[in-house]
Amino acid sequence: MNVLEPSISELVTQLLEVVAALAAAPLFLGWVNQCRAWLSNRRAPSIWMPYRNIRKLFDKDAVLAENASPLFRIAPYIVFGTMVVAAAIIPSMGTRLPLVTAADAIALVGLFATARVFLSLAAMDVGTAFGTLGARREMMVGFLAEPALLMVIFGASMISATTALPAISEHLATQSLGIYPSLAFTAIAFTLVLLAENARIPVDNPATHLELTMIHEAMLLEYSARHLALMEWASALRLFNYACIGFALFVPWGIATRTIDPVGLAFSIPVLAAKLAVAGGSLALIETMSAKLRVMRAPEFLATAFLFAVLGLLVHVLLGS
Amino acid sequence: MSVGLVGRTLFPLSALASIALAVVAAMSLALPPEHAVLPIGLPDLPMHVRLDALSRIFLLLLGGASAGISVFAAGYFRRGEGTPPGLMCLQYHLFLASMGFILLADDAYAFMVAWETMAISSYFLVTTQHRIPEIRSAGFLYLLIAHVGAISILLTFGVLQGGSWHFTFDAMRAAHLSPAWAAGAFVLAFVGFGAKAGLIPLHVWLPEAHPAAPSPVSALMSGVMLKMAVYGMIRVTFDLLGTPVWWWGLVPLAAGLISAIYGAVFAAVQTDMKRLLAYSSIENLGLAFTGVGLSVVFLGAGMRVPAALALTATLYHCLNHSLMKSLLFLGTGSVLHATGERNLGRLGGLIHRMPWVAWASLVGALAIAGLPPLNGFVSEWLLLQSFLFADRIPHAFVNLLIPMSTALVALAVALAGYVMVKFFGVIFLGQPRESTLAQAHDCGFLERLGLVWLAVGCVALGLAPVQVLGALNHVTRQLTATSLSQQGGPWWLLAPVPTRQVSYGPLVFFLAIALIVALTVFAVRLFYHQRVRRGPAWDCAFGGLTARMQDTAEGFGQPIRNIFQSFFSIERELPTPYDRAPRYRIAITDRIWRGLYEPLGGLVQRVADAIAVLQQGRIAVYLLYSFGTLIVLLALALVP
Repeated sequence: MNVLEPSISELVTQLLEVVAALAAAPLFLGWVNQCRAWLSNRRAPSIWMPYRNIRKLFDKDAVLAENASPLFRIAPYIVFGTMVVAAAIIPSMGTRLPLVTAADAIALVGLFATARVFLSLAAMDVGTAFGTLGARREMMVGFLAEPALLMVIFGASMISATTALPAISEHLATQSLGIYPSLAFTAIAFTLVLLAENARIPVDNPATHLELTMIHEAMLLEYSARHLALMEWASALRLFNYACIGFALFVPWGIATRTIDPVGLAFSIPVLAAKLAVAGGSLALIETMSAKLRVMRAPEFLATAFLFAVLGLLVHVLLGS
Repeated sequence: MSVGLVGRTLFPLSALASIALAVVAAMSLALPPEHAVLPIGLPDLPMHVRLDALSRIFLLLLGGASAGISVFAAGYFRRGEGTPPGLMCLQYHLFLASMGFILLADDAYAFMVAWETMAISSYFLVTTQHRIPEIRSAGFLYLLIAHVGAISILLTFGVLQGGSWHFTFDAMRAAHLSPAWAAGAFVLAFVGFGAKAGLIPLHVWLPEAHPAAPSPVSALMSGVMLKMAVYGMIRVTFDLLGTPVWWWGLVPLAAGLISAIYGAVFAAVQTDMKRLLAYSSIENLGLAFTGVGLSVVFLGAGMRVPAALALTATLYHCLNHSLMKSLLFLGTGSVLHATGERNLGRLGGLIHRMPWVAWASLVGALAIAGLPPLNGFVSEWLLLQSFLFADRIPHAFVNLLIPMSTALVALAVALAGYVMVKFFGVIFLGQPRESTLAQAHDCGFLERLGLVWLAVGCVALGLAPVQVLGALNHVTRQLTATSLSQQGGPWWLLAPVPTRQVSYGPLVFFLAIALIVALTVFAVRLFYHQRVRRGPAWDCAFGGLTARMQDTAEGFGQPIRNIFQSFFSIERELPTPYDRAPRYRIAITDRIWRGLYEPLGGLVQRVADAIAVLQQGRIAVYLLYSFGTLIVLLALALVP
């Protein structure tokens, strides 16, 4: 991976990943929503619903609160930008990504933290009860989820002695099938973090605006039109990104690992689609089968994730595998 | 002296001197150490000074941070706030000079004189408003713990001379200590410097003294003076003691981690903005000592590259913290002058009234929260990378401790994010919580200059880590005989360990984010209309949305208070439903205060009371004491 002179093929992979993430993220969200509807015996909305929603929002006039500061207006762009860059450094189709040299997995966790901080600050900007409440809860979830995610990544990176996500993925994908007990613990931890960070049941419910329970939606209440569209798109991207981190760490097979690999790249697209379909279905299944936790219980849920991730690291050190 | 002379002339001149100091220190980093013997001091005991890479890095830190603080101070100090400006200016510069002299000192005598001058000059600065009883007692507590630490440092030097009775640092380097004495010296040094750095349980002075002092002084104390403790620790451990034993490192590692978590948790529940920052300093110094401990563990185990990496992370963190914490303390100073309020519960919405202060503070807050691509992230990254090395330590027990330590570091950094969202959000965002805030004004030109200097420093250290690492390499080469090579790598890519495939290029990373954001803005402008309407905030159709419905500082800290309940002792006063004027009060105190300091104080009091029995106040009794003493001494002398 020579970052100084990235080859055309590497640049193409990089660009393809970003475009695919941008395009497929709302689709993935639509798929999850559809599965959830089926599982709860409702008639499912169209799988294209998130796109229509974003388009509708872009057509509307933006309404800003009278005392909204410039921070409130730039936050959606920053949140969206960080999520797109995150998509660029997560290996979803190929592992030869030039940008990864500049940003490893710790920087990726930092990116998610940046998005979260800006989202929370924007929520506090107008100064309504809901906004500050959402910001506080989001930071509460975040300060436990962030170290847990970091520990998950360290669990995998200790196996391959690097913190670059594609290199970890490549190491795990190209090795003869090894069994890592530590990864079992980290996988559980990762699933819990994914649920919490993407505002899914049992930590948050994306379909409700009930003040007692909502976290993510409370922060977006003051947003409208294009700002809201960017925020919605960014949260779809976040879900997509998390799913891709999961694939990269735990089911990396089928990803293109060579520098010039058009066949591998072409092959990786249906593989990714299949993985996403299964992941979306499982996510909907988990959400349907579990009940929403009370907000006070969320820290316990996340502390469990954190402990599992640390256990994974300990198991790795103890067993040396 | 008039305020005009002090503000317009002396402080700006001192800022220029600071810049000159920083430039000279930076230019001379690669030069060999220089010695000198000064013709001052006691007869037959001249003071030795020495300038080596370690001193130069800390002089750079001192110059860089104090330049911004002095420019700010030029616009800040005014008459009617305690000590008159002229005297204040003298104390301030004495404080600065003593810190510079600590870094130059090359014998125990010079070091201790400078160390004491620093403690005493800063004591006077803390008690500027000495008419307020709380400030007097805060100052006393500070002085007390500073001296407990100083005694410990003095004993360290006593042990380090190793029987030669020469107190120059050269003699200490040459002395051979038995392992037990060496460990004793290490522990004494750790107690002494840990007290100055505010490590648990000697941290209690910090949250009292920092809010008591005027803001530029708080900035100087937190940003620069606390780093003197790190300097002393590094100087004693890596330079004077020779090669450390690996298990020594576990002491600062554990204490640092505990302090980091403790500081972050307490910062999250504070309601006074300067106390919040003081607790955040405890957290950051905890992280710095964690790095020192880790480096000692590695060095003792003979692993030089990871030791150099951990030491680099520590030094980088010191540089970062000197800029970002000074920036935030200065920001609180401007807020304090503009509003007269330190209580977070009475602030809010100041981003509209004080945009300069708000945006500069945002940079500092994001940097402390450890967000890329600012500087706090770089030192966090380096520290985490050095932890990842640890799976090769030849001691199984430590290997198990390391993952847990990594988890605690990650938790402390994430908590710092929580704290900073609270700090920035409650002060600068939302609606003003008091009607008087509408009169708040932005700070003056000199204050802006100081804030911008520090904010630019934060960004620069974040975007150019390779250049900073190049400077820090001189120190690691001196102390661990290793430097993190950067061979063949591009100038913008931080790849400290060539054998491992890890790298971070903040500039490219930042440009990528900026490019995407710019493209998004451009695309939105291009394809969609730009119509914006302003309206009232959504009030759930109930009407009457007031500023009091926002989260208070207490409210924002509530989750942390619940999760870490066992850390605090909490007193609650809840209103009953029948109260005509319901009041809700919550007081959070440090358990260590009640568990350690109050019993200790009681013990001292009881011992003093017991001794006071001797004090009868009658001359006959005292004559009897003298007579008795004489008899005992005679008896001792006669019995062979």
